[in-house]
Amino acid sequence: MKQEGKRLIWDEYQKEIADDNYFYVRSCVRQNFFPGAEKTFLRYMKEMGRNVFENPSHTTCSGIGYHSDIVPFETAMTMVARQFALMTEAGYENFVTSCITSFGLYSEVLETWLHFPEVEEKTRVHLRNATGREFVKPKNLAHASDVTYKLRTEISDAGKYRLINQTTGAPIRVVEHIGCHYSRMFPSKGIGGAEYPYVLVGMIEEWGGEVIDYPERRHCCGFGFRQYLVKANRGYSVSASKKKFDSMRPYKPELILTNCPGCPMFLDRWQYTISEMDGTTYGENGQGIPVMTYEELAGLILGYDPWDLGLQVHQVPVESLLDKMGIPYDPEKKFLDKDGNFIGKPKSPSFLKFY
Amino acid sequence: MGNSVIIIGGGISGMTAAGILVQQGLDVTLLEKENETGGHLARWDRLFPDRRKASEVLDFVKAGLNQVKIVTGVTVTGISKHDYDFTITTRIQHPASSIHSQFSASALLLATGFDLFEARKKEEYGYGIYNNVITSADLEDQFKSGKGILTREGKIPGRIGLVHCVGSRDEKVGNLYCSKVCCVTGVKQAIELKEMYPASEVFNFYMDLRMFDRHFEELYYEAQQKWGVSFIRGRLSECAENPDGSIILKTEDTLTGKPLKMTVDLLILLTGFVPAIGTSAICGMLGLKSGTDGFVNSADSHTSNNSSGVPGVFLAGALKGPISIGEAIADARAAAVQLAGYIKSTTAYND
Amino acid sequence: MIDFGYTLTKDRQFDYDHGDFRFLRLVRSIEPSLDVCIGCGSCTATCSASQFTNFNIRKLHTVIRRGDPESIKAELKKCMFCGKCQLVCPRGVNLRNLILAMNRAIEQLG
Ligand code: SF4
Ligand code: SF4
Ligand code: SF4
Repeated sequence: MKQEGKRLIWDEYQKEIADDNYFYVRSCVRQNFFPGAEKTFLRYMKEMGRNVFENPSHTTCSGIGYHSDIVPFETAMTMVARQFALMTEAGYENFVTSCITSFGLYSEVLETWLHFPEVEEKTRVHLRNATGREFVKPKNLAHASDVTYKLRTEISDAGKYRLINQTTGAPIRVVEHIGCHYSRMFPSKGIGGAEYPYVLVGMIEEWGGEVIDYPERRHCCGFGFRQYLVKANRGYSVSASKKKFDSMRPYKPELILTNCPGCPMFLDRWQYTISEMDGTTYGENGQGIPVMTYEELAGLILGYDPWDLGLQVHQVPVESLLDKMGIPYDPEKKFLDKDGNFIGKPKSPSFLKFY
Repeated sequence: MGNSVIIIGGGISGMTAAGILVQQGLDVTLLEKENETGGHLARWDRLFPDRRKASEVLDFVKAGLNQVKIVTGVTVTGISKHDYDFTITTRIQHPASSIHSQFSASALLLATGFDLFEARKKEEYGYGIYNNVITSADLEDQFKSGKGILTREGKIPGRIGLVHCVGSRDEKVGNLYCSKVCCVTGVKQAIELKEMYPASEVFNFYMDLRMFDRHFEELYYEAQQKWGVSFIRGRLSECAENPDGSIILKTEDTLTGKPLKMTVDLLILLTGFVPAIGTSAICGMLGLKSGTDGFVNSADSHTSNNSSGVPGVFLAGALKGPISIGEAIADARAAAVQLAGYIKSTTAYND
Repeated sequence: MIDFGYTLTKDRQFDYDHGDFRFLRLVRSIEPSLDVCIGCGSCTATCSASQFTNFNIRKLHTVIRRGDPESIKAELKKCMFCGKCQLVCPRGVNLRNLILAMNRAIEQLG
């Protein structure tokens, strides 16, 4: 494989990312799936001297309902307009989203308004009638992974650990998986475009790891919204993830890195489900392949305590990675909350080795 | 008002026209931007449908050029017209300096040809990234070198895929048109590969097989019947690299309505035609119009396909769209005859 | 094994690298004219059996070329061997003999 070829493509898809003063909107599901991820983002942004503002009255963008065919586009646009109004009221113009589907929806809405100004006008009327609010469109729209990408060198410089196996000195082999709504709809809005997205690759390279390019890299994580959300379809969801695992297995990945709410959820949880369905496991020695969000990984690089990052709620234990990277952790504290209370412990799976 | 003619473009069309025009007693200067004449043909090993050597055709055309003044490595930077006379300014690029010179002529023939589609733009095919993805032109280079066709790892490819319509019939890359000759090129190359490696499997992935000219359909039949080339109707959707460097591709077998994946050791992209990069600047200097596809429009595609619409400026060859070598030669001859007629009539008129 | 109330779905993609080409090899050795088929569908259009069932002779001789002969086993029985397909084939594929060959392959290879 010739990396120069990819670099030529990456050069063509660069985008402007604001350097400071971000208005941050959360994902409606990530705090349940990966409870430490967003908090970690806010923590390192602060440590890197960046100002991130959150308004507690912001809501879901409604993208999850829109992509599940239950929220009409007009409603979604009005919800988005309200988020913009909160940003405007707070005096910000750089909008940063935690969720990839939100990012996709915001991009789609802005693009729609660009081509159909009358739709924007109508949305303004809807928002005014419903809430009395007005908004200015953001000057800069970015996903939190874009911002983290922009800060990747600063994170690396301030970091304590690297994506390097401390015993062998070899780079950790990482599979990156980009959420569909990051750049498939608008390749120019994603760093590196849609075919060879660079946003996570840039972090992995900068932090010392080796990126694996495997045949089903472009395949959906399996969420597929209605595929997962409707139980009758759920077999498709697991099968889609399985297709990816089967394809990446020969490359012996040691970590899967993601930037979407759904992807880490399904790539993590379905490894357990598949193991219970047909006994297959995909990591070394009957273990799974650890799955992480970029915030969690950035947190590890920066030396944050793994249990503060919420890594204990992952389905696939992450200890194999921590050991390789030489990151210390206290197994006794894995299932204790911040006050030292026991939070419960999952049952041991039948096939997937629990660390 | 004299009898001098400038031809811009030293590919098959420009050279053919030059040969005819000197036969007519005209004073012909041929300007070529590359350091050699011959255009794309100089790179090709064998031609469809009969697989004769491209060099034979090139030699035939070049044999007529004794009286032609050939200037290579030259870029046209300006064209102006006064009454019946054209002044062409050019730049010759040297490593250290650039030399500007001027030419004048009573008539111009534009034969600026085409460029091959840059395969890299079909990002999902991985040209320039995956080592064993090459273009049809790369394959001709390798045929020409006579060293055999091997994978990057130095192995004989046991399975080879040829992908039709790369950069053509594809709104995603901005080219809606069909490049016309890639289908038959793909069939020709499939046969040549089978001839070289009878034990290898060869697959053509196509949407339609446009065997538009005499003996082409027969070549397709021969590829199936004599050589066992397989044809799968489905456009290549995407490909990726396996750990051993082979290529895994995804397409639909549209005849059964099912997605299909297959590993090939070598993947050949049949890249199409795009308007040559310098043509639009020259058109701008003369006020000529191009179609939405970027190829130059003639005065009338049925009845005056060699006239540009500007008196004294004529068109020949692939600058008007994809054509085969045989068609390019015929078109260039037609353009030359028309141009010679123009010179004679205007000279007589002025004398 | 846990019953989650949903299961893994079989991949319907042709996996050419792991295809079963024993059928194709046998059929071709008996009737090589299959190679020149251009997938035009004339055979299916005229087929007596295709009109009232989803029998599709063009698909059947295509799937064996993709290494997935499983579906022909039950399907081929619907052919009534009338020979209309052969009559219309523009490439001169000897379809009746091809059908015999496919039946032979089913018998021999199971
Ligand atoms: S000639 Fe064939 S390969 Fe070329 S663009 Fe047309 S249909 Fe596609
Ligand atoms: S022989 Fe069989 S396949 Fe052919 S037309 Fe008759 S019924 Fe159809
Ligand atoms: S009629 Fe002949 S060429 Fe057409 S699909 Fe049937 S077998 Fe193939």
